Amino acid sequence: MSTSPDTSGTATSGRAGAAVPAVELRGITKIYPGVVANDSIDLSAYHGEVHGLLGENGAGKSTLMSILSGMVQPDRGSIHIDGREVVVSSPRRALELGIGMVYQHLTLVPTLTVLENLMLGSGSFALDFRGSRTRFGELVDMLGARIDPNAVASTLSLGELQQVEIVKALWRETRILILDEPTSMLTPQGVLELQRVMQRLKDSGIAIIFITHKLHEAIEIGDRVSILKEGRRVGGVEPADLRSKAPEEIKAQIVDTMFGEGSAQLAGVAEMEVRPDEGEHERTVTGDVSLELTGVSVDGGVDEASVHDVSFAVRRGEILGIAGVDGNGQRQLAQAIAGQRHISAGDIAFEGRSIRRLGVPDRQRLGVRYVTDDRLHEGTVRDMSVAVNMVLKRIGQAPFWRRGGIREREIDDFAAKLVERFAIRTPSVQTNVGTLSGGNIQKVLLAREQAFDPRLIIYNKPTHGLDVKTASFVRTQIREQAEKGISVIVISTELDELVAVCDRIAVMSSGRLTGIVDNGEGARARIGELMLV
Amino acid sequence: MTEVVSSPPSEPDLETQPPGRRPLAWLEVVWQAILPVILAVVTSGILLAILGRNPFSFYGDILDNGLLTDFGVQQSVVRMATLLLIAGGLIVAFRANLWNIGGDGQWLLAAAFVAGLAPGVVDAVGGPIGLTAMLLVGAGVGAAWTLIPAFLKAYHGINEIITTLMMNFIGINLANILVKGPFLTDKPGVPRTDILPLDQRLPLIGDPQIHIGILIALAMMVAIHITMTRTPLGLRLRVLGANPRAAVHLGLRPKRLIFIAFAGSGALIGMSGAVSMLGDWGSFRADFNPAYGLLMVPLVFLARLNALATVAFVALFAVIQIGGDTATREADLPTDFILVLVGLLLFFMAVTEFMRLRRIRRSRFQAQAESST
Amino acid sequence: MSNLFTEAVLTALVSGALLSMVPLMFASLGESISEQAGVLNIGLEGMMLFGAYAGFNGALYIHSSWVGLLFGALGGMLAAVVMVVLCVWMRLDQIVVGVALFLFAEGVTSLLHGAQFGDTYPRIDNVDVITVPLLHDIPVVGDSIFKQHAIVYLGLLGVFFVHWMLRRSSIGLSLRAAGETPSALDAAGVDVVRTRSGAVLVCGALAGIGGAYLSIIAAGSFTPMMTQGIGFIGIVLAMLARGKVLWVIVLSFLFGVSLSISTALQLAGVDISTDVIQMLPYITVIVVLLLFARRSYLPSALALPYFRGER
Repeated sequence: MSTSPDTSGTATSGRAGAAVPAVELRGITKIYPGVVANDSIDLSAYHGEVHGLLGENGAGKSTLMSILSGMVQPDRGSIHIDGREVVVSSPRRALELGIGMVYQHLTLVPTLTVLENLMLGSGSFALDFRGSRTRFGELVDMLGARIDPNAVASTLSLGELQQVEIVKALWRETRILILDEPTSMLTPQGVLELQRVMQRLKDSGIAIIFITHKLHEAIEIGDRVSILKEGRRVGGVEPADLRSKAPEEIKAQIVDTMFGEGSAQLAGVAEMEVRPDEGEHERTVTGDVSLELTGVSVDGGVDEASVHDVSFAVRRGEILGIAGVDGNGQRQLAQAIAGQRHISAGDIAFEGRSIRRLGVPDRQRLGVRYVTDDRLHEGTVRDMSVAVNMVLKRIGQAPFWRRGGIREREIDDFAAKLVERFAIRTPSVQTNVGTLSGGNIQKVLLAREQAFDPRLIIYNKPTHGLDVKTASFVRTQIREQAEKGISVIVISTELDELVAVCDRIAVMSSGRLTGIVDNGEGARARIGELMLV
Repeated sequence: MTEVVSSPPSEPDLETQPPGRRPLAWLEVVWQAILPVILAVVTSGILLAILGRNPFSFYGDILDNGLLTDFGVQQSVVRMATLLLIAGGLIVAFRANLWNIGGDGQWLLAAAFVAGLAPGVVDAVGGPIGLTAMLLVGAGVGAAWTLIPAFLKAYHGINEIITTLMMNFIGINLANILVKGPFLTDKPGVPRTDILPLDQRLPLIGDPQIHIGILIALAMMVAIHITMTRTPLGLRLRVLGANPRAAVHLGLRPKRLIFIAFAGSGALIGMSGAVSMLGDWGSFRADFNPAYGLLMVPLVFLARLNALATVAFVALFAVIQIGGDTATREADLPTDFILVLVGLLLFFMAVTEFMRLRRIRRSRFQAQAESST
Repeated sequence: MSNLFTEAVLTALVSGALLSMVPLMFASLGESISEQAGVLNIGLEGMMLFGAYAGFNGALYIHSSWVGLLFGALGGMLAAVVMVVLCVWMRLDQIVVGVALFLFAEGVTSLLHGAQFGDTYPRIDNVDVITVPLLHDIPVVGDSIFKQHAIVYLGLLGVFFVHWMLRRSSIGLSLRAAGETPSALDAAGVDVVRTRSGAVLVCGALAGIGGAYLSIIAAGSFTPMMTQGIGFIGIVLAMLARGKVLWVIVLSFLFGVSLSISTALQLAGVDISTDVIQMLPYITVIVVLLLFARRSYLPSALALPYFRGER
């Protein structure tokens, strides 16, 4: 076993004839004011091999990749490609050096066609449509994908978009491919597809760096694993070990490396990586039905997903999960229940009465809460203080406003209490919310929605982008709410998370509810099937 | 679909962090306001010297004629009343991130209506009622002229810059049509409306005598400031401006807010036109267009949409405009020289603002780094 | 009314429309390019004024309308440099800087004009026109359409070229990406700031040529504030054309007609006030928007500064 910190991962590879790494980072250091994002990181990737880069959010993965793709310059350290030292001074230089990058967020221009997106940044003045189409055919064949090159990017599905992203990353004679959390928006089948694609790429001699925060993915997909923590490379797994040792043993070792000796025993590997065993969830909910949807449809228009004829009920104290690949109408459904969006058909009843005609404030008063998935652009106003953000859903109401005038003391005191209760790290309640870290902004949202006697809370991707500790905190909160008799809906793309917290899990596909599964043995497989319906 | 990470210009919301809570904030604000003035004055001074004029006597003339003589003070304060109401109107819209660029059309149309109707109405119902009614007519016309842009923005998402700009041109032409048609005076000379007799205009106060427009304007600015900082409506408008998606999420009824912000903006600008006609000009002359609206756009933005800071900026501009009028004539320069001075002032303000934003971005980044570790 | 369609009236109408159309076409073509790249250039009128002034000087002192137009382009670009530095490099607010630039340009050109020609009011006459053989013999409209300065034809060609460029060239793709998803352009290895800077400079040059046409060819002299809002109309047209630049020709002709029609009508003895006619195109557009309102499509990142890695 070689999860010891002194192994740099640059040791001789197990593969014959691959002694020179395709890319080698030596002592990469990047310091931002107040934080060391990367602290003398050494890392190598070899041709025909997948290097899994594992770490929590904030471990320094993104900074490292920004350095490799030329977006950011390191303060110290060097980059070597095929044994030669290079300076990746700009994204253009990175492309010239054969480094291709598939970003976590999509980087296609929605108004351009697939082919135009691929030709973006090509050197020649007049575009070479014929040559590009040929090249596109070659790459698509290699990946085994089927995409119309003349389709406008905004009309493609997420899976297709990601394939285009990969084609784009390979477009210019790429030898080193970086994939940043590529599985985050794929179905389980999509992940298998991606693995198949990566195998083909490996066979053609491309070196792949695969970034993930999921432990099991790193060791399943990677031929070699490096672990980042707080900006440093704290350990890794060599190919020989990956092949010879049992997965459970490797997992335990990695968890120890990431969270300190003995934490694997202490909390169980499962909790640390949120991958509980199936069938362990035993909880019977007998409360009355509190929320009932009957035949709810939402018209998403041209730009957004629609919802068709969705019916389900949630009991008091029950946690209902909604699974599905991003963009299948989950957000629109949540917005419809919260009152942000009109429904075109059907009815929503809450505690026995129809609420379909009520707006957000009225539903708020009844106890309906919605923790949005977009905390920066929808949930909070980043240039307003933590205190003001805490009361944004109660504008004009006592005790924060009296006779039409704001009462800053009341708001500050209220916010201070929540900041303490939720352990939000902020210099003061007067600090602008936009300056906080993602995890702390999420806590602001949780605090706001959980205050004032909630009766139903909808959580949309509640742990997305959070570090393990905060994510675990959020899941505990969700369970506690349900114990108190509050109805909870959790929307997530991460099956593991749903299996960990929910009583029942509904599956959405193309705006329809394709089925509801009781959480228990075999749930995971049935959910996977329902996603394809 | 692909999430476009677009956000309104990252203007830190001053009013959620009252300057009083931050040490030295006032000093910073004052320095921020004075530095560009000094730079603009020096640069224009050099320009003057190149043109063979004495910069010191030129600036002396501006001060003299804009501030130090009775007549100058009188003129400056009267101008200030007009400009303040426009600026207040722009603040209301800009706070909600609605770019009402068509202020001049709203102003002129309101002014034309008021000038056309006032002589008859005031004569018939008497001063107090007549003048009040006329102020309301001005506000109503201004507000009405924003209805179409508000509707197109709220229901069809059509960019308000383009619609207010078009309504601006229509408003300018329509004002002229009114003045040359239904509101045309019988008196010979240039086409204009009937003149409102001096003794029927807005009441005068103080010494030197100034009409009460300035009181109306200052009261409105205070009202705007209180509304924006203390009331639910103000916070709703600011949320809409800072993050329209959050406004939907919070259930603030954004469509209604768009109408309210536009109507409020148009009403204040229209009232400015009314005050200008009722207190100052007394009659609307065809093809009259002082284009105050456009001038106020960068000004209020650089005052960071803060109503109180705007008062100071507008006072400065009024003095420069009034004093500059005489000063340029004395120096045998085209009056447009004042525009050069104003343009330079705006540029230097913008650059100072750039330095400030860069500082804020740095400290924001630092705070972010600290809170995430 | 019977003499409404006389040759004189039609000639006056068409030639007048063309004279007003050309500067508008150049300006809104420039604005289209700038907007596609994500920079809302409110200072367009100011750039035209700079172009008109610089162009007039060039033509006056070097006695060539071509040199004049070149000076005009340079003058417009000089103003555009201010916009580039403040808005693209320093990322200051585009609307604020645009208005300030306009005010400054009005002041400076008027000041310079006063200092230079305050007493003399020089004029330029007899600019070299190109007569298109055969076509100019077409009755009524032939003389006005096919007897123009070559820059008019170049301008029309320019619109078609930009139309081709936006769709079929790598620069065109870069421009569109810069206005839509600048981060994607950045990731593709193209400098966003440089792309936007180039677009604004070209916009300045085109606006400058439009202004120079106004002073050298249309008016034959420079007068302060002679653009009379053409730049602002240009902004509206560019937004209405929504990146489909061929519409620029149609729209600017339409507005050109409306600007010149009252003169023609006076010749015909019909007296409709210019005020009425000048607002007709705007009213038409507003009515069309109200009746067939569809989301006016503007580049997503229009008027937003680009910060690499902004979350």
